[in-house]
Amino acid sequence: MGIRLDKPWETLDAGTIASLPAQLGVYQVADDDGNVLSVGYAGARHLFGIRSALDDELQFHGIQATKFRYEFTSNYHSRWDELLMLHLCDHGQLPDHQRAEEHRIGRLSPD
Amino acid sequence: MDFSLTDEQQLIVETTRRFVQSEIVPLEDHLDPDAGALDPRDHARLVEKTQGMGFYGLDIPEEYGGPGLDTTTRALMAIEMSQHRAGLYNPCYGVFGGAGLAQLYEATDAQKERWLYPTLRGEKKGCFALTEPSGGSDPARAIQTRGFKDGSEWVLSGSKLYISGADKADYALIFARTSDDPGRNGVTAFIVDTDTPGFHVRRVVHTLRATHYATELQFDEMRVPEENILGEVNGGFAIANDRLSRQRIPYAAGCIGPAIQAQEMAIDWAKSRETFGSLLAEKQAIQWMIVDNEIDIRHARYCVLEAAQKADSGERFRTEAAMAKLVATEASSRVVDRCIQIHGGVGVTKDLPLERWYRELRIRRVGEGPSEVQRLIMARDILGGSFK
Repeated sequence: MGIRLDKPWETLDAGTIASLPAQLGVYQVADDDGNVLSVGYAGARHLFGIRSALDDELQFHGIQATKFRYEFTSNYHSRWDELLMLHLCDHGQLPDHQRAEEHRIGRLSPD
Repeated sequence: MDFSLTDEQQLIVETTRRFVQSEIVPLEDHLDPDAGALDPRDHARLVEKTQGMGFYGLDIPEEYGGPGLDTTTRALMAIEMSQHRAGLYNPCYGVFGGAGLAQLYEATDAQKERWLYPTLRGEKKGCFALTEPSGGSDPARAIQTRGFKDGSEWVLSGSKLYISGADKADYALIFARTSDDPGRNGVTAFIVDTDTPGFHVRRVVHTLRATHYATELQFDEMRVPEENILGEVNGGFAIANDRLSRQRIPYAAGCIGPAIQAQEMAIDWAKSRETFGSLLAEKQAIQWMIVDNEIDIRHARYCVLEAAQKADSGERFRTEAAMAKLVATEASSRVVDRCIQIHGGVGVTKDLPLERWYRELRIRRVGEGPSEVQRLIMARDILGGSFK
C-alpha cells in the first residue's frame, strides 16, 4: 500500500475549494513548482472540514499557494503525522512555518 | 472481599478526580476532539503540579524514586485518570509521568545505566516490539524474527507489527527466535537502539484509534552486541509474558473511567430530554439501559479491585487479572454503546466524547490479549484444578 499522498494537484482557488465536500481529511498545499508549503489536516473543529482548512491556507500563504491535493479520512491525526514524517524523510525538514512540529513527530524510513 | 477504601485511598481518589475535572477537562474544550497531546506549555505546567502532589511517575517502583502505590490504589487512580475525552489511551495526557518498560527493572546494572535511568529522567523513550504479522495472541509460536550469533554480536532480521511509539523511541525491546525450538524456549529479548543500522519504521498503521498509532517495523541484518540481551538467551518469553499478566489490571481499570463518564452524561441527558411528552428518564426502555449500565460498571469495578487486592496480598492473581481485563473491556464497551443509543444523533457526533470512547474501547477487547485469550487463561486455571 502506498503511503505517500501522490494524487494529482488541483488548482487552489476559492471556486475549487467551494466545490469540495465538507469532509475531514489531510492535504498538501504547494506553489507553482510543486514545492510543498503546508502539510495540514481538516479536523472536527474546522466548521466546514477541508473547505475551511484550505480557506485558512489560502489566507495564510496568499498568492504563493497555487495548488493542493487532499485525501478524506476520519483518521486525520495519524495520517497527518504520517505525512509530516514522510515529508521530513524526503526533504530533511518540514515547511518553514511547521518546523516546530519536528520536535513532536517521529521518524519513518519507508523505502 | 472488602472493597471499601482506606482514608488514604479516598483522599487520593478525590484529589485525582478534582485534578481531572479542574485541570484536564477545561483544556480539552479547546482541543481537537481526537487530540492526543496538550500544548507543551500546559503539559509542563501540569507535570509540575503532579510532581508537587507527589504523584509523578506513578508506576516507578519505590526503590527507584516512585510513590510506591499498591496495585489497588493504582487501579483506583486509573479509573479516575481516564474520565475525560482522551482518557482511555492517554490518561491525563501523560502528566503523571511514565515508568518506562517494566522489564528494564530486571536488567543488568550497565543496561539500567544506559536505558532505564535516562528513561526515568525523561531523556529516552523505549518501545515494546513483540507482535509480528504472523500473530500476536500466541507470541511464543508466532515469532519469526530470527537472531543468530556472529562473533560477539547477534544479527537480527524480521519484522514487527502494531508496535506503539517505535517512530519516537530511542530504543526498542525486541523479541527474536534464537534457537530451533518453535515455542517459548527459543525466544530472546534484545534491547536495541533505534539508530542501529537496519532498524526501520516502515509505516504508520492506522486504526480505529486516531492518536497513539501503531507502526510496522523491519529489521535488515541488524547487528546487536551480546551485552544488549535482556535476561538469558532463549529466556525472553518469560520476560514478555510477565509483562502481559501484570499489565492487565491497570489496563482493565482504565476502561471503567469512560464508562462512568458516559453513564453520568446519559443520566443528565435522560433527565433533561423530552420526547413524546415526557422525559427520557421516565421511559422504561431508557431506565433499563441505565440500570444495565450500572450493573456493568459495578461488575467491572469489583473484578478489577478483586484482582488488584489479590496482587497486593501476594496471592496468585492470573485468573482474576484475566477476568478483570475481559469484564472491564466488554462491560465498558456495552455501557458506551447504550449511552450513544440514549443520546441519539448527538451521541455519534464529535461534539461529544462518546464516539471516541466507542471506537477506542473496541480496540481494548483485542489489545493486551483478546477476550478469547483471557477465557483460555481462565479455563486453564479452572480446569487445571487451581480452584480445588
